[in-house]
Amino acid sequence: MELNQLTIHELQGKIKSGKTSAVQIAESVFKRIDAVEKQVHAYIRLMKEEALAAAKKADDDIKKGNIKQLTGIPIALKDIVCTKGITTTCGSHILHNFVPPYNATVVEKLSAAGAVFVGKANMDEFAMGSSTETSYFGVTRNPWDLERIPGGSSGGSAAAVAADECIASIGSDTGGSIRQPAALCGIVGLKPTYGRVSRFGLVAFASSLDQIGPFTKDVEDCAIMMNVLAGYDSRESTSVQAEVPDYRQFVGRDIKGWKIGIPKEYFIEGIDPEVSSAIKKAISVIEKSGGQCIDISLPHTQYCLAVYYIIAPAEASSNLARYDGVKYGFRTAEARDLLDMYKKTRTQGFGAEVKRRIMIGTYALSAGYYDAYYKKASQVRALIKRDFEEALKKCDIILTPTTPTPAFKIGEKTDNPLQMYLSDIFTISTNLAGIPGISVPCGFTASGLPIGMQFLAGHFEEGKLIQIASAYEKNAKIEKRRPQL
Amino acid sequence: MEFETVIGLEVHAQLLTETKIFCNCSTKFGGAPNSHACPVCLGMPGVLPVLNKKVVEFAMKMALATNCLINKSCSYARKNYFYPDLPKGYQISQYAYPLAEHGHVFLDVDGVQKKIGITRIHMEEDAGKLIHDEHNPFSYVDLNRTGVPLIEIVSEPDMRSPEEAADYLKRLHEILVYLEICDGNMEEGSFRCDANVSIRPRGQKEFGTRAELKNMNSFRNVQRALEYEVKRQQYLVENGGKVVQETRLWDDAQSVTNSMRSKEEAHDYRYFPDPDLVPVIVDDTWVEKIAKELPELPLAKRERFVKDYQIPAYDAGVLTVDKALAGYFEDVVKLCSSPKAASNWVMGDVLKFLNEEKRDIRNCPISATALAEMICLIEDGTISGKMAKDIVEEMYKTGKDPKAIIAEKGMVQITDEGALSIAIQKIMDANPNQLKDYRGGKDKLFGFFVGQVMKATQGKANPQLVNDLLKKMLAG
Repeated sequence: MELNQLTIHELQGKIKSGKTSAVQIAESVFKRIDAVEKQVHAYIRLMKEEALAAAKKADDDIKKGNIKQLTGIPIALKDIVCTKGITTTCGSHILHNFVPPYNATVVEKLSAAGAVFVGKANMDEFAMGSSTETSYFGVTRNPWDLERIPGGSSGGSAAAVAADECIASIGSDTGGSIRQPAALCGIVGLKPTYGRVSRFGLVAFASSLDQIGPFTKDVEDCAIMMNVLAGYDSRESTSVQAEVPDYRQFVGRDIKGWKIGIPKEYFIEGIDPEVSSAIKKAISVIEKSGGQCIDISLPHTQYCLAVYYIIAPAEASSNLARYDGVKYGFRTAEARDLLDMYKKTRTQGFGAEVKRRIMIGTYALSAGYYDAYYKKASQVRALIKRDFEEALKKCDIILTPTTPTPAFKIGEKTDNPLQMYLSDIFTISTNLAGIPGISVPCGFTASGLPIGMQFLAGHFEEGKLIQIASAYEKNAKIEKRRPQL
Repeated sequence: MEFETVIGLEVHAQLLTETKIFCNCSTKFGGAPNSHACPVCLGMPGVLPVLNKKVVEFAMKMALATNCLINKSCSYARKNYFYPDLPKGYQISQYAYPLAEHGHVFLDVDGVQKKIGITRIHMEEDAGKLIHDEHNPFSYVDLNRTGVPLIEIVSEPDMRSPEEAADYLKRLHEILVYLEICDGNMEEGSFRCDANVSIRPRGQKEFGTRAELKNMNSFRNVQRALEYEVKRQQYLVENGGKVVQETRLWDDAQSVTNSMRSKEEAHDYRYFPDPDLVPVIVDDTWVEKIAKELPELPLAKRERFVKDYQIPAYDAGVLTVDKALAGYFEDVVKLCSSPKAASNWVMGDVLKFLNEEKRDIRNCPISATALAEMICLIEDGTISGKMAKDIVEEMYKTGKDPKAIIAEKGMVQITDEGALSIAIQKIMDANPNQLKDYRGGKDKLFGFFVGQVMKATQGKANPQLVNDLLKKMLAG
């Protein structure tokens, strides 16, 4: 196996025993990128020079015996997290030239842990999309089938890990943007509890739903990444001062006696039969591992999509008001006056999906409509949150499919936003409730497309997610496959 | 038809915190453009606001000083609109859940205490400033003011004349400055006022249609703008017209108000709770702690001055307009034990000198100790009141204490009866005709003799003693 194909914990073993160096690992990743990036297009920008310099520094540290949690590990960053001195575009024309003078907190934490940044990964514009097709910089392709989408919005981050163009990556999840692409690319993706990982430096889409999380090749790597990412940040008011456990301790523990809730509302018509059968198989693995599956109900599930598509666009319409051409980013070349500059800058700078959501959100907050839309949606959101609280009194973990179907074809849903929105139907409720969720691979379709399963837990119970995901990973014995590129 | 005026005011006061409301930038006025601006001020992608606790505490002080109820929980909302001085495209303010509500202040209207209701006090961030280039077709943005904390104090429509409105504004100003939470500078915009004004036929219960007035940057302009607007509305109604709901700008040069935008053109601010900030929980312990930090407020001080120092209400009013002035007065009284004399000297000469130079009492060259010493010297007869007038002027000019000036100029009062008797005798001898006339019943000539004695003694004679001696000696 090539170095770039290994996991974080495997590479750490090799680094510690002196069998490889950070530079060798980085070179192996960039060699792979040279070979497959043209087909996959996982990245908006590569940071080869910076990465090799960081790898050299990592090797110096290694020589001194100073080996930290991610020393020498090549990591990709979704281009939504701000990187000091390095363009951060959010997949948009309007930020195509924006260079932040600060790092996101997660970038600082990863950097302090010794990570080597490979590049900025492609994404749907402002994280609005489920396929990475709305990026101003072109579509990312699913490494398992280049005709298909990798999922989104963190499609670049997921594809980069799946194609071994990095070892792990960072994504953000507002309605499923980590878990859905993780499922469609056959890797592990975790959305932490709202408030667990700092949002400082994460370009905001919907502030009350956004959360940063990791993509990894296996569950143990997920735990390692969470050890670095989680924790209180005084620069964020919604950051929570809760104790952060060592997530690695949950890896390899069994789940004997755990109750696993299977919500009936998530096993509906319209689920792809291959997804359905993979999940059924997975449930039996969970039961064999000592888990007891019980039927539960999340009665307000049918409203999740509607609530999400009011709250998220409403917040986005306000969050994206700052892109006005005045201070940074794209400004139209031809403006008669101030109003004309605003209009043209935003007309030319934003893509169709972003404009659609700005309009929906603006409408939902308008005088005369606020009560019927935003306020009502906020009230129903509280009910959805209560559904989960009630359900999680009866069980330790909730199990669902991550997505209703495997990866669909590029262009298949771009003309039908509602169809596109439906691909997040199983992931959206998690963000509305603020609870953590993880997607783990649970098999392949006959045509070789990955399928993902989602576990959900109560607030700040990421440890439980890692424990069950790790138990499942161990007992399911899903065959190790790599995409053929 | 007789009309009644109805006025409500919205006052914005910049708070004197060291740093801004949601970041660590300095709030100092007058720095080079954009020298107090960070990524949070600039509304850069991904940055987040973190509330400055001091802002809440300063706002709580105003809420307590104006008898408001402080809500146990309040939260921030976004007010959305596009403007180049607003980098995020929204202002963080408070909307559905303000910090405090249901307060009041009292005004003295024709000797009667009138209660003016305060609807709410809420916290928000200030916007930046646009600087327009006169020679080029573009404008600059200075974001130093962006994020400077403000409180907005919204009154009930309880004022019935422009004069009352101006008086209410002065009361608020006084309280803010007393609390040391706002410098009250209207010209620099740290204290700003918008007014809602309408008229209605006297006796009618329903309010008339209101106009909102903006751009009045002094107490005087607030009153003038309101007076103009009331007349404009009356003229409209009396001539069959209708007042329309709109925002009007005061034009100081023309002394008129002009329509800025109609109700139809008004912004839809699309307020909604700011998801980046959590609710502020204010418990009783916190309120009690802040209440303990409140200084004596102007109204209480005024009442105490009248009661404790037995000075007229008018004097108390003048002396308490400024907390430092009131403090100065009290320092003088403590050392000279003659409150009315102290009040006269402070209100008369000291304030006159200061006003002439637009100087603040904090920078007064005459220390309270020196003024008290001078008053004591009058009272023990060392100097006359007339001499004191010159001495106090010299004290102001030089900053010297009164004894030094008296010694330098040999200004000690002549209180020696023998010496004065000799001088009087000389004057009587030199003016036999006048003496005759006086003794013949021309009482008015007494003043002539006083003048002569003062002239002969270069004004140093003790006036009371001169009076007594002259009466005795002129009578023969």
